[in-house]
Amino acid sequence: MAYKHYVLVCGGTGCESSKADDIFTNLKTEVANAGLEHDVQVVKTGCFGFCEKGPIVKVLPEDAFYVEVKPSDAEEIVKETLIKGRIVKRLAYVDESGKTSAVPEEIGFYQKQMRIVLRNCGLIDPEKIDEYIARDGYAALEKVLFEMTPDQVIEEMKISGLRGRGGAGFPTWMKWNFTKQVESDVKYIVCNADEGDPGAYMDRSTLEGDPHSVLEAMAIAGYTVGANQGFIYIRAEYPLAIKRLEIAMAQAREYGLLGQNILGSDFSFDIEIRLGAGAFVCGEETALLASIEGKRGMPTPKPPFPAVCGLWKKPTVINNVETWANVPVIITKGGKWFASIGTEKSSGTKVFALTGKIKNSGLVEVPMGTTLREIVYDIGGGIKGGKAFKAVQTGGPSGGVITAKMIDTPIDFDNLVAAGSMMGSGGMIVMDEDDCIIDVAKFYQEFCVEESCGKCSPCRIGTRKLYDILTKISEGKGTMEDLEQLKEIGEAMKRAALCGLGQTAPNPVLSSLHYFYDEYLEHINEKKCRAGKCKKLITYTINDNCRGCTLCARKCPVNCISGEVRQKHTIDQTKCIKCGECMKNCKFDAIEKR
Amino acid sequence: MPTEQKTDTVFSKELENFIAEWKEKPGNLIMILHKVQSEFGYISRGAAMKVAEMLDIPLAKIYGVITFYHFFKLNKPGKNVIQVCMGTACYLKGGQAILDETAKHLNIPVKGVTEDGMFSLESVRCVGCCGLAPVVVIGDEVFGKVLPEQMPEILANFSE
Repeated sequence: MAYKHYVLVCGGTGCESSKADDIFTNLKTEVANAGLEHDVQVVKTGCFGFCEKGPIVKVLPEDAFYVEVKPSDAEEIVKETLIKGRIVKRLAYVDESGKTSAVPEEIGFYQKQMRIVLRNCGLIDPEKIDEYIARDGYAALEKVLFEMTPDQVIEEMKISGLRGRGGAGFPTWMKWNFTKQVESDVKYIVCNADEGDPGAYMDRSTLEGDPHSVLEAMAIAGYTVGANQGFIYIRAEYPLAIKRLEIAMAQAREYGLLGQNILGSDFSFDIEIRLGAGAFVCGEETALLASIEGKRGMPTPKPPFPAVCGLWKKPTVINNVETWANVPVIITKGGKWFASIGTEKSSGTKVFALTGKIKNSGLVEVPMGTTLREIVYDIGGGIKGGKAFKAVQTGGPSGGVITAKMIDTPIDFDNLVAAGSMMGSGGMIVMDEDDCIIDVAKFYQEFCVEESCGKCSPCRIGTRKLYDILTKISEGKGTMEDLEQLKEIGEAMKRAALCGLGQTAPNPVLSSLHYFYDEYLEHINEKKCRAGKCKKLITYTINDNCRGCTLCARKCPVNCISGEVRQKHTIDQTKCIKCGECMKNCKFDAIEKR
Repeated sequence: MPTEQKTDTVFSKELENFIAEWKEKPGNLIMILHKVQSEFGYISRGAAMKVAEMLDIPLAKIYGVITFYHFFKLNKPGKNVIQVCMGTACYLKGGQAILDETAKHLNIPVKGVTEDGMFSLESVRCVGCCGLAPVVVIGDEVFGKVLPEQMPEILANFSE
């Protein structure tokens, strides 16, 4: 049955935490109160991507796009938009220039985007398989089962040029083909949903908004390589994604799209969920497989590659969530179509989690080859608070910085590697002039120290040494020899570490050293942190604005400020712990930070 | 001479059934430990011993796994677990200040539990709501765009 209006409410984790659930309930109640339940369907969808302005509500066919909606706005949306057909201006998006945009096409954030992976996110109810099917869902599986041989599927994947979206960008068809060619009674298909990169959440949103796309793709791969069992390895920290996957799997089984003799064919395939338990190293293929086997997630040397000898020593295809989500579209629309998007060597799109000091945080999907400038300024709306752009970190703890100089470089796998960074899973963290490059490098290194599994010494000892040296520099005790050591240790780790984690762990240090050498020198020679982030290098002083109100002296937790009432106060630098309480409390702008 | 250790930890019927169901499946240990932790909030020594007994595997193997993964807890957490996100986006936007302020307010260190057992404090790596940075999660509730000074007020709602 078709409805006259559809009200779509974002049900992604970000928006759910901002009371999207209450908005959904209130909208349903208001629709019922108005007697419109036969004309209006209220749907809870996956992520719209525009997380900065969430929760988001969209009304179709009007295409009215409402941002920062509150549960109490439900009544007005129903009365105005649904009954009277008017836009609630108050809830529409207003851009920098004050222009109100009531439809998504007019919003800068969406204009340069192209949604393939996120095609269904924000459009369908992820808990209803019928809505996925209505959007051509499972058509690719059907086509593969009845019209294509496994070799033809491989060929189509090859033409598409799809490369793994988990980080390294290995051609997907090659992985599949390796596994296909191995003779084995049992083979496995694995989905890597252990999204551990701090600052990336595209896999979470894909699974929450469109879980069937991943199930369908895994079944296609199963048919292609001759596997009957799949595993989804997902972070236990993603309860909503797990729940939606479980619902999706149950519905798919009910429809005969998973299980014995899928769609009446000879092909049988089923999927089980295995939970991760918070270990970044488990994003590495061999460590992930060890974890599915119930063991400590430690990597093993490659070769043998999992494609040949993987889970329980059987040939195993592992791809990440975003890679999987591309597969059904490639089959239905053809590899040629996919290859026509993006750049020659990196086809298709990439989803980035654009966060940090950016105006429009959120998930953005753009064709490969889009420049950083387009992403940061056209889509992201530029830097928050009028500050100056400093750099973007891509690839999280495995990647590096891209500076203002390279802002016009088209982004694809190879250009990022050439720039000393990597695609990684697609985290894109924007930094402004208030961020210290050494502080950020230290942050990532601390992460790697904690996450190193400890199996190989280049990583176990190397990450710790790098962290210690960075700490020393951030405290103003660094020397020029330290810089040489950073490089030497970093290069050694790249060559000698056992797995991807250790080999890429020095990247944030090496790339920041390369592009921000002068900032390292400042910390060492001038004992200065221009961003004011390295606490040991900051000095607070009191200037002549001081009226002697004594407030700072009373607030100081270590009692290092002294002075007579109505006289200028002074700070005892030997005792000061640089907590900044004095500056925060001063009403006369009398505290200076240098 | 090793003495046989006994445990008096009691598992619910549901948990026992779950373990029985998974007992023969390869790679079951992590899934079972998740279930144990969801019942008790942590994995006590007694619970670990009981799992070892039920699966007939060495206790050392269980501790090897529990201590490897950050998600598994060895100590009983507070009634309300406060997770301050220290993912990159949250870190850049002041996650550390929130963590410090909360620790100061509750007078406990990170990973500590308050004396009355009401709160425990953790720093976590990315909860996947980077658009809302900085983020704090208390129980199942997510708080976005948090300022350090808001923490006492947020916590007050959980103090009953």
